[in-house]
Amino acid sequence: MAFTFAAFCYMLSLVLCAALIFFAIWHIIAFDELRTDFKSPIDQCNPVHALVLPEYSIHSLFCIMFLCAQEWLTLGLNVPLLFYHFWRYFHCPADSSELAYDPPVVMNADTLSYCQKEAWCKLAFYLLSFFYYLYWLRFRLGTRPVSSLHPSAQPGVW
Amino acid sequence: MSAPAGSPHPAASARIPPKLGGAAASGAAAPAGPGPGPHQQNGPAQNQMQVPSGYGLYPQNYVAPSGHYSQGPGKMTSLPLDSQSGDYYPGLYTVPTQNVVTPNTASQQPGAQQMYGRVPPAPHVVGSALGSFQGAMSSASHLQTSASQPYSSFVNHYNSPAMYSVNSSVASQGLPSTCGHYALSAVSNASYPGVPYPSLPAGDPYRQQMLTSQSALTVRPIRESSLSGQNTAVSHPSPLPPPPSQQYQQQQSLSGYSTFSWSAPGLPSTQDNLIRNHTSQVAANNNPTNTVADSLSRSVMQNVQPPKSSPVVSTVLSGASSTRPPPAAPRPAEPAASVAQPPELSQQKGMQYGEYVNNQASSAPTPLSSTSDDEEEEEEDEEAGVDSSSTTSSASPMPNSYDALEGGSYPDMLSSSASSPAPEPAPEPDPAPAPAPAVPQPSKLAKPFGYGYPALQPGYQNATTPLNSGVPPSSPGYSGFQQYAQYPGMNQLSSSLGGLSLQSSSQPESLRPVNLTQERNILPMTPVWAPVPNLNSDLRKLNCSPDSFRCTLTNIPQTQALLNKAKLPLGLLLHPFRDLTQLPVITSNTIVRCRSCRTYINPFVSFIDQRRWKCNLCYRINDVPEEFMYNPITRSYGEPHKRPEVQNSTVEFIASSDYMLRPPQPAVYLFVLDVSHNAVEAGYLTVLCQSLLENLDKLPGDSRTRIGFMTFDSTIHFYNLQEGLSQPQMLIVSDIDDVFLPTPDSLLVNLHESKELIKDLLNALPNMFTNTRETHSALGPALQAAFKLMSPTGGRVSVFQTQLPSLGAGLLQSREDPNQRSSTKVVQHLGPATDFYKKLALDCSGQQTAVDLFLLSSQYSDLASLACISRYSAGCIYYYPSFHYMHNPSQAEKLQKDLKRYLTRKIGFEAVMRIRCTKGLSMHTFHGNFFVRSTDLLSLANINPDAGFAVQLSIEESLTDTSLVCFQTALLYTSSKGERRIRVHTLCLPVVSSLADVYAGVDVQAAICLLANMAVDRSISSSLSDARDALVNAVVDSLSAYGSTVSNLQHSALIAPSSLKLFPLYVLALLKQKAFRTGTSTRLDDRVYAMCQIKCQPLVHLMKMIHPNLYRIDRLTDEGAIHVNDRVVPQPPLQKLSAEKLTREGAFLMDCGSAFYIWIGKSCDNNFIEDVLGYPNFASIPQKMTHLPELDTLSSERARSFITWLRDNRPLSPVLHVVKDESPAKTEFFQHLIEDRTEAAFSYYEFLLHVQQQICK
Repeated sequence: MAFTFAAFCYMLSLVLCAALIFFAIWHIIAFDELRTDFKSPIDQCNPVHALVLPEYSIHSLFCIMFLCAQEWLTLGLNVPLLFYHFWRYFHCPADSSELAYDPPVVMNADTLSYCQKEAWCKLAFYLLSFFYYLYWLRFRLGTRPVSSLHPSAQPGVW
Repeated sequence: MSAPAGSPHPAASARIPPKLGGAAASGAAAPAGPGPGPHQQNGPAQNQMQVPSGYGLYPQNYVAPSGHYSQGPGKMTSLPLDSQSGDYYPGLYTVPTQNVVTPNTASQQPGAQQMYGRVPPAPHVVGSALGSFQGAMSSASHLQTSASQPYSSFVNHYNSPAMYSVNSSVASQGLPSTCGHYALSAVSNASYPGVPYPSLPAGDPYRQQMLTSQSALTVRPIRESSLSGQNTAVSHPSPLPPPPSQQYQQQQSLSGYSTFSWSAPGLPSTQDNLIRNHTSQVAANNNPTNTVADSLSRSVMQNVQPPKSSPVVSTVLSGASSTRPPPAAPRPAEPAASVAQPPELSQQKGMQYGEYVNNQASSAPTPLSSTSDDEEEEEEDEEAGVDSSSTTSSASPMPNSYDALEGGSYPDMLSSSASSPAPEPAPEPDPAPAPAPAVPQPSKLAKPFGYGYPALQPGYQNATTPLNSGVPPSSPGYSGFQQYAQYPGMNQLSSSLGGLSLQSSSQPESLRPVNLTQERNILPMTPVWAPVPNLNSDLRKLNCSPDSFRCTLTNIPQTQALLNKAKLPLGLLLHPFRDLTQLPVITSNTIVRCRSCRTYINPFVSFIDQRRWKCNLCYRINDVPEEFMYNPITRSYGEPHKRPEVQNSTVEFIASSDYMLRPPQPAVYLFVLDVSHNAVEAGYLTVLCQSLLENLDKLPGDSRTRIGFMTFDSTIHFYNLQEGLSQPQMLIVSDIDDVFLPTPDSLLVNLHESKELIKDLLNALPNMFTNTRETHSALGPALQAAFKLMSPTGGRVSVFQTQLPSLGAGLLQSREDPNQRSSTKVVQHLGPATDFYKKLALDCSGQQTAVDLFLLSSQYSDLASLACISRYSAGCIYYYPSFHYMHNPSQAEKLQKDLKRYLTRKIGFEAVMRIRCTKGLSMHTFHGNFFVRSTDLLSLANINPDAGFAVQLSIEESLTDTSLVCFQTALLYTSSKGERRIRVHTLCLPVVSSLADVYAGVDVQAAICLLANMAVDRSISSSLSDARDALVNAVVDSLSAYGSTVSNLQHSALIAPSSLKLFPLYVLALLKQKAFRTGTSTRLDDRVYAMCQIKCQPLVHLMKMIHPNLYRIDRLTDEGAIHVNDRVVPQPPLQKLSAEKLTREGAFLMDCGSAFYIWIGKSCDNNFIEDVLGYPNFASIPQKMTHLPELDTLSSERARSFITWLRDNRPLSPVLHVVKDESPAKTEFFQHLIEDRTEAAFSYYEFLLHVQQQICK
């Protein structure tokens, strides 16, 4: 069967990864706006907050899916980020509702630059993983047909 | 060296001893021995040639010194002052010193007497004395080298680095900003090319002083001649022309200078010359030896150091530091005069040093190859020397508190211009007009003898202390040896001996290495003042008062790398809205600002020409608007540089509508009061309502002022005070889950229209809830309601809370485990338990509403969470643990006083504060109560005069192309009268390129306050133990970094530059502070409150909190007293915070900022108890006593005036506790004795050893 669960996972993660990339870009823009004074941190942090939880949950979803699909390599690549997210989530000050971006703190140059770096790194990671998923999607979808093509050469399957 | 150790002012301690010794020696037989010895030893041929003349001079110099002698002792005697009892070093003083009165005993007495002795000699005598001094110094240096070879290396260290380091620093900088004088000539010229710059001549006190122009003239040629001569002499032998020549110049100018100032009065010019020559030649001797010495033999020579090795550089700072001691401002006639004399002497020293250094620095850059060059430079130098010296003399930093002290008669700006450099502008003669600033130390030293010298410069007074401190009380010839005996530590020796040589004077006081473990009395006798930035006199005069604006490093390192190397925190401490009595307020249509960075025009911009100015932050060239050409003060046109904006570093602009987002809001005050059972029981309502009734008319505001009241327990009560009602109407909202305003319009009412109703309410409130049984507290909903009520206008919400909020949103659980209070391991729950208060605060901040929290609680109330409501809305926090109006009267009194201040103090609404700094620097972390809206913009819903802020800085780009950096804070606020105003402070600091300069400019108090702020952050974000470790590491790192720069000092010893010598002590104090201490039982709320205070107190108050001041008050005398508002305020010396200073026979006052403790010893003199406390004997003193009775006795009057004076200096009037030696309350007192060992913490000495151990690791 060509369309395995693993292939499905990769397909889904490919789509969701696009969303994550979008989130990361959003973050970058938001922090940049903060840095250049365009917006007040209170205004800015609210939408950012809104995006943090979805991002984390989407990423956790990946990991669960890959775990189920027994894609160990992919899982291994994602686990560090997963742990980082967990750490961020539970380590953030006070109520978890505010998540990582604390308006009063975010304007500290250190914090801000940290957030920006974090956003850039995530963007890079998501981009890379996007292509990685794409490749594996091709692979998972492609290998079986190819292997099954040669022996039996039945064009109707694909 | 015990004496210097004890000496409050590090200043000259090292140097003077030698002089003293030398001088004495000269008087005796000794001089000849030491003098020649070294010369022959070291000197290349030419040196010897020169020597003779020098020798010939010696006798001359020494003959004069009758006055000189007396000086020596005078200095000495002043010393005992600090170690008042003289317990520790009696030996020192016992040495039979000449004619002086028995030095020991009452410290002040002798000082005075000596001065007396000193005074008689006519000025010219003094002059000669000085000459002899120099001679002595130089000779002494020789002596030192020859006599004590082992130590010579240290001396070298002292001497040589100065030259070299200077070179290096200069080389790297185009403009040697470091050297005051150069900066003056060069920088000022550069920056104000087109502008007539009058201040230069005006600035130097010398001219104003006794100097006649003639004398100056005479001096000059002489110098030149001597210079040339020396140059020639030098040129032959020395392969290193630059350093020696520099030295020469310095020497020359030094000598010239000294004669210059000293001789002026009446010394025959010939003698001048002689002295001058002598000194200069001696100097010459030294120099060649030094430079050549390198090549020759290390051990023998003074100058062992290889040129680059140690950057123990001196900058102008030395002068500054010497003047650091309390700025003696003009004082009411008698004392002033009396003071004048001794200081003069000391001042002289300071000036010399300063000048010397300056010259060095300045001369260094130019390659002194040819004599003509030299001459030119000499000229410059001279001028510069004068200037720089003037700066040093003027440098006395005006004690900040003094402003306040004098009823703040100094305008802030003035304090920078007039007060801090106070001395120079005002010719002393008429002390009367000047607002009798406190002359704490010097005046103390001096008795009113000096009537005869009315004309003395105030600048001289300033320097008194260093002088005193510096003198090792030793018999003339042996000073050095005595020190050996007492201080085995080599470094100590070196530092003390280093002072022997002239060259050592090049090292600024702030860099004098202090062996911490050897120095017994590290704490100076007088309060520590902010170091004065090493700028030229003009800039210094213009600079912002350190009260408002301080930087942890007054010399900004050029690069981040250098900063990292120094291991010191870089940051600003701000007190932007502090009460000022005089402040230039500028109304103009156009507020001149830089077009690109929006910097306000300030004294440190440069005018390219009449029509253009160059921004000092971003370097953009801007046009001067037409309106700015007209000066409203002088009513003249075409003098933009004389506008008040350019003449004052603290100004206030009346802003136009461009600076408003909405019409200025009225003053709006809302009081939210807890009326649960707990609150009623505590009885704060009575106090509050009473205070409010009393101060209702004094609430800042105008006709639009509005006021409202809410109370809450488990429900929320609103009060309709609408005009026209017959009595206040109470509206109860019990739906606390969804709070609404019953009648939005009539809850906040106009103060003036509804005054009667308000008074009715206030009278009724305390009794309205007496029978309540409601124990719950719905603080969260009440705050939400308050927010709703305030959001249309913004304003101030004052919340009174007495327990843990237990209902509705924002309810809190008790998180404190009493068993963990004294845990040494983990202190938890320093952060908020919920975000509710923070979010609400941010909402409030967005609506320009600040919430001030008064927590009057006997139990844990989770201040860590509650404080957020104030922290992020720019409010303030007051905490009264175990408040009860009956059982705890002292707290009740404190609340009352705090409320009075709170209600009547200035307030600014809808404020924002922006901090700008020169390109290349950037701010990265802010501390205080506010909301950071953007990288450099703080949003402050309210600003009050008691709020302080701190900012951490980093250096993003190298500052190599600039010699000055500036910081500007602009606070835009709406005054209570509905005016939009901008208060602008500008601080200017020099940039340095050498590590030593960085160390020289450390403002230890500012650094400690910044560290405390950082530690609070750390303990919340990480853990308390982390924060504590970080604090210790701060000491370890900085001291070891310093140690590694001073290569040839012994590494086993714990050496700190003088500027940092209090650093370990303060850090230890911090570790023992409630906020950071472990092992001692500390309630969580107390701890958190201490942290809150660290975050939002201005530096002045914070320092008292960290390191209280201890005074002995059972022997107050009028000696050195200051006059404030017709009151005589005695100025007892500071005692170190150790039980060893307490004697059973005494009574001690501890000033902790927020509280005063008077500790009465068991066998305290009954006279004191009776006269001051009003009880017959010790046994009859009650346990709880919070007032001193107004008795009609002298000692009572003194004690009270002293305490009142201390009180007047701060916003929160502290409560006085009289603590008997045996009462249980004494633990409160003893916990502040931070130098002592406690069961859980190091003593000071142990801490030093610990640090040392860490360094050695």
